[in-house]
Amino acid sequence: MADMQTPLRKVRGLGAAGHGTAEFWRNRVTSVALIPLSIFAVWLVVSGLGSSFAETRATLSHPVVAILLALFILISLDHMRLGMVEIIADYIHSEGQKLVLLMLNIFFTILVGGACVFALLKIAFGG
Amino acid sequence: MSNSTATRPGMKPRPLSPHLQIYRFTPTMAMSIVHRITGVALYGGTLLVAWWLIAAATSQSAFATAAAVMGSWFGLLVLFGFTWALFHHMLGGLRHLVWDTGRGLEKHTATTYSLATLAGSILLTILTWIVILFAGA
Repeated sequence: MADMQTPLRKVRGLGAAGHGTAEFWRNRVTSVALIPLSIFAVWLVVSGLGSSFAETRATLSHPVVAILLALFILISLDHMRLGMVEIIADYIHSEGQKLVLLMLNIFFTILVGGACVFALLKIAFGG
Repeated sequence: MSNSTATRPGMKPRPLSPHLQIYRFTPTMAMSIVHRITGVALYGGTLLVAWWLIAAATSQSAFATAAAVMGSWFGLLVLFGFTWALFHHMLGGLRHLVWDTGRGLEKHTATTYSLATLAGSILLTILTWIVILFAGA
C-alpha cells in the first residue's frame, strides 16, 4: 500500500520513541535542575563521610536536606529514564525487545525512586 | 522499515551513512561517547544511593555493612568512578546546554569545549577526593 503520510505527519508526535520533542525539552529542564542539586548531593555525601548511624540519620531528617535529596533523586531518575529511552531507541531495533526494555526502564526507575523516598520519609519521621 | 529506500526489494542496496569505523577519532566524538557511558554508569549508580538510604532507614547493622563495603578499597574505587562520572556528565551536559543556544558550534570551539569537559571533570574529581581524604575521613 502506498504511503500517503506527509513527512510532517510522520514526524509530528512521533520519532523513534514516539513522543516528538517532549522528551528533548524534559531532558533539558531536568538537566538544569540537576546542576545545583548534584552539587548539593556531592557536598552532602562528602561532608557526611565517616558519620555514625545516628549522625547520618539526624542530617537526613533535616527538612531542607530531606527535600533537596528527594528532589535530587527523583529528578535524576526522571532524567536517566529519558536518557535510557534514547539509548534503547538508538540500539534496539526489534519492536518487541524495545517494548520490554522501555517497560523495564520505567519499572526500574519507579522502584528505585519509591525505595529512596520511603527510606527518606522513614528517617525524616523518625521510624 | 522494510519499505525504506535502503532495503526495498528489487532495488540496489543504497549506500549507508559512514559509521564509527570510518570516521577519524575526534575529541568531540570521544566525549559524546563518554557522555553516554557515564550516563549509563550513573543509572546503575542510583542503586548504590538507594542501598545507602535504605540501610540508614533500616538498622545500625545494615548501615554498618553499607558503610564498610563503600569504605573498602573496592568501594572507594567505585565511589571515585561515580564522582568522576557525575562531574563528567554534568560538565558535558552544560556543554550541550550551551550548544542548544546555537553558540560554540564552530569546530575548534567545540573541540576546546570537549577537552575542557575532560580536564574539568578530572580536576573536580581530584579536588573532591582531596577534601574527602584530608578533611572528611
